Amino acid sequence: MHELSIAQEILGIVYQYVPDPKENSVKSVRIRIGKLSNILPDSLTFCFEAITTDTPLKGAKLEIIHIPVAITCSNCNTTSEIEPPVFTCPLCGSNQIKITGGTDMRVDSIELNDEIEEKT
Amino acid sequence: MSVITIERKVLEKNDIVAAENRKAFQENKTFTLNLVSSPGSGKTSIVERTAYLSKRKFKLGVIEGDVQTNLDAERVARYGVPVVQIVTNGSCHLEASLVRNAYNQFEDKSFDVLFIENVGNLVCPAAYDLGEDNKVVIVSTTEGDDKPLKYPAMFRNSSVLIINKTDLIPYLSCSLETLRNNALQINPDLKIFETSCKTDEGIKEWCNWIESKMMK
Repeated sequence: MHELSIAQEILGIVYQYVPDPKENSVKSVRIRIGKLSNILPDSLTFCFEAITTDTPLKGAKLEIIHIPVAITCSNCNTTSEIEPPVFTCPLCGSNQIKITGGTDMRVDSIELNDEIEEKT
Repeated sequence: MSVITIERKVLEKNDIVAAENRKAFQENKTFTLNLVSSPGSGKTSIVERTAYLSKRKFKLGVIEGDVQTNLDAERVARYGVPVVQIVTNGSCHLEASLVRNAYNQFEDKSFDVLFIENVGNLVCPAAYDLGEDNKVVIVSTTEGDDKPLKYPAMFRNSSVLIINKTDLIPYLSCSLETLRNNALQINPDLKIFETSCKTDEGIKEWCNWIESKMMK
């Protein structure tokens, strides 16, 4: 339900790097979404499209990379990926694990359409 | 085609404000708890019973978050507790900046304990750090014993679980044991309290735990 807030945060970060975008100058925005970040990708894409519709960023694609939940096991000292709601080490079965990835959301990069930047 | 590398957290703005909140709470020696649950699980009732039973033990402040109305703040204020209501007007979670603005409305900030009662929702509030010491997830027996498995992020991000409305167990098919086991499967470090705001079962233990965590 908070995908709209997340889309707005993403847009805010994009504008810090491209403060005055020309039409179609931003080709895509690549983000990384952890599997445990409670975000529905389709809904986030929808919200991003909705808030960019009447702006020069219209048409910029939101590229979502899904990050699995990664853990370190305190019992057998290994790192693995897990599939919630199972929170145990897949190798030794211990529940003494530390989650090391897959919980947050990051803006990775912005891809620009250089031709449009040069033409204008 | 050129690429600008960014690699920044989407919620970094919120995290920065949350860190400022945390610093302010620590400077005022206030132990702060973020209460999260689905709507109707009894967050406000737990705040009320805590306010009543801990009156002589610690000084409590409350920030109430709701989509609409001041009803919760009115309920809590009856116990003589300083309370500020945040009305989110539709937003499904509290953010650190809302909490900062609410906190600044307290004239006297010398609380031992601050409760931030989040908007009733087991999904979105899991993602937003408010600057609290601990998240406390509340689940009531009427919601069923499968909730930890359905909303793992919230149970994983919390350090305390309150199972509320235990007085209704005889009338429900909810199993306390299954509920406990499901929660511990998601997060084996959860500190669990079982409470009823009708009989006050477990509220004293909960208050004692808060007292043991206070900074002064």
